[in-house]
Amino acid sequence: MREMIISELSQALHEIARGFAHFLPRLIVMLILAAVGWVFAYVAKVVLRSILRLIKFDKLSENAGASQLLTKAALPSATEMLSRFVFWVAWLGFILLGVSVLGILGLQEQVTRFFLFLPRLFVAMFIMFFGLLAASFFSRAALLAAVNANVPSPRVLSLAVRSIIIVFVLSIVFEELGLAEQTMLVAFGIAFGALMLGLAIAFGMGGRDLARRFLEKKIVRGKKDENDDELSPL
Amino acid sequence: MNVGEVDILVGLPTHNNAKTVGSIVHIIQSGILRGFPRERTVIINADGGSRDGTPELVTGVSIDDVRPSSNLYALRTLHSISTKYASSPPPTSGVAFRTILAAAELLRARACVMMSPESANIEPEWISKLLGPIYRDGFDLVAPTYRRHRFEGLLVTNLLYPMTRALYGLRIREAYSPEFGFSGRLGSQFLGQNVWNDGTEGAGVELRFTLAAITGRYRICQSFLGEKVHVERHAADLVPALRQTVGALFSSLEPDFPVWSVVTGSQPAPTTGADHEVLLEPLRVNRKRLREMFSTGVAELESVFQSILSPSTLAELQRIAGLGEGAFHYPAELWVRTVYEFAAAYRKSAISRDHIIQALAPLFRGRVFTFLMENRDASADDVENNIEGLCLEFERLKPYLLQLWKSRE
Repeated sequence: MREMIISELSQALHEIARGFAHFLPRLIVMLILAAVGWVFAYVAKVVLRSILRLIKFDKLSENAGASQLLTKAALPSATEMLSRFVFWVAWLGFILLGVSVLGILGLQEQVTRFFLFLPRLFVAMFIMFFGLLAASFFSRAALLAAVNANVPSPRVLSLAVRSIIIVFVLSIVFEELGLAEQTMLVAFGIAFGALMLGLAIAFGMGGRDLARRFLEKKIVRGKKDENDDELSPL
Repeated sequence: MNVGEVDILVGLPTHNNAKTVGSIVHIIQSGILRGFPRERTVIINADGGSRDGTPELVTGVSIDDVRPSSNLYALRTLHSISTKYASSPPPTSGVAFRTILAAAELLRARACVMMSPESANIEPEWISKLLGPIYRDGFDLVAPTYRRHRFEGLLVTNLLYPMTRALYGLRIREAYSPEFGFSGRLGSQFLGQNVWNDGTEGAGVELRFTLAAITGRYRICQSFLGEKVHVERHAADLVPALRQTVGALFSSLEPDFPVWSVVTGSQPAPTTGADHEVLLEPLRVNRKRLREMFSTGVAELESVFQSILSPSTLAELQRIAGLGEGAFHYPAELWVRTVYEFAAAYRKSAISRDHIIQALAPLFRGRVFTFLMENRDASADDVENNIEGLCLEFERLKPYLLQLWKSRE
């Protein structure tokens, strides 16, 4: 009996030792991958930061309005944020690669899903950035046009343009990420519909005089416009 | 039509000008018969796709219609050719001008003159006044001068003339004009320049042409034509006018930096006749609206101005925007600093360049308000003295522009 217990124990210890001996190289490979990944991610971060500084990415981000958002949230500059993001994504990628080497059941699928998700994440970030850039450009264009046309409340018009574009961009981003697609679709529909209805009412109520003046000018010939008293610039 | 070589080429860019173009061509023919009867002449009409029969009217005008009334005879054939140029709508004067320059080079024209189909009071003598100095005296560019109302052409008197004079060192009153004469060699040199491929489609090409003549050290003079009467323009035309003129001037500053950065002071250009004449009759102007649009612009565009102007200039603008109509004054020094900071921001592309130009419009209105108030009861000499004072301010503050330019390199 005693011998049997010792034999079972020694067999179990052998099994553990064999399992550990079998696992140890994989663990070492994982640690090596994590270390190499850190070096790779760090180099990628430094190179990317230099490139972004060279192309004045912070200026572009400022124009897009992203810098203002980051400043309000007490976050670093857009260049620093993107560099850090790339560092963590790259390093995490290597760590997950190492984890997959360990051969732990169940983790393999999660790792695969993570790598499949990465391209969608990058596309979503790309859309978000250029969406903010477009929102900033068109809202400023609307503001300038409204000021020069002497339209009342130009900032409201500019804000409306910015909001419409951002809502539209966000809906595309969430769709791209595959996050709560149905909820986002319904939320987008409600938000966009409400915005349009609000604008229609606002323009309808606020633009009555403008529409009347426009129609009078177009239909009733010879009616003097207030612009008629301005001077020729050239 | 085979024309061969010509001595004189008259360029006439058109787009739906059927109402005026017939009489303009008559006047051009009359001017040619009076001033250049022995020269081989061609009228080139570059049309931007008129739908009102403008090209047919140009080619249909017969020189025989001119002869009986004026008792004039041409000793050479006078051709009228109309060509349609390809351009995305709306047609631009740049593409039309390029077409005319290409024709001038092809026909080896010695002297050329551009005429506007929108000039309401063109005279046959204008042809001789614009072509004579080139054909007979060897000048390369003849810029016009006009008799104007003191409150007309305020973009010219408050920005274009003073700034081009301060930067390029030559006193050309009308650097941007639809009518001017030029030599074939200047036309050929300009045709080969890069202005056509810089994405602006030759916007403000008339101004760029004048600046190219100055930087290329060509012989330039001015010729007094008489009163300038043009198609009425309203306030809505201010932004396009700024794009055509100030946009062209600002975009020329970067390639021309080696020239204008070393110029100090300014020299008068040789001028035939008066270099300006001022009309003083009363004119109804909505001054209140000008000041209101300035104040609204300064308040609403603060975020835009923060990207363009220095904090001190913006603070000063905000201060005067809060003043009442009686106390409001946009001083010359502040105006010059504003314009120079806009020029530097345009070069740096602080924001979209077109947005920078648009943002200048409300500030220009504020400056116009002050100009109107300063010259409300002024004599012609007083108006001219005020313009001269502004020009000297632009010249005095030129080092400030150079400093901005260098600090942003």
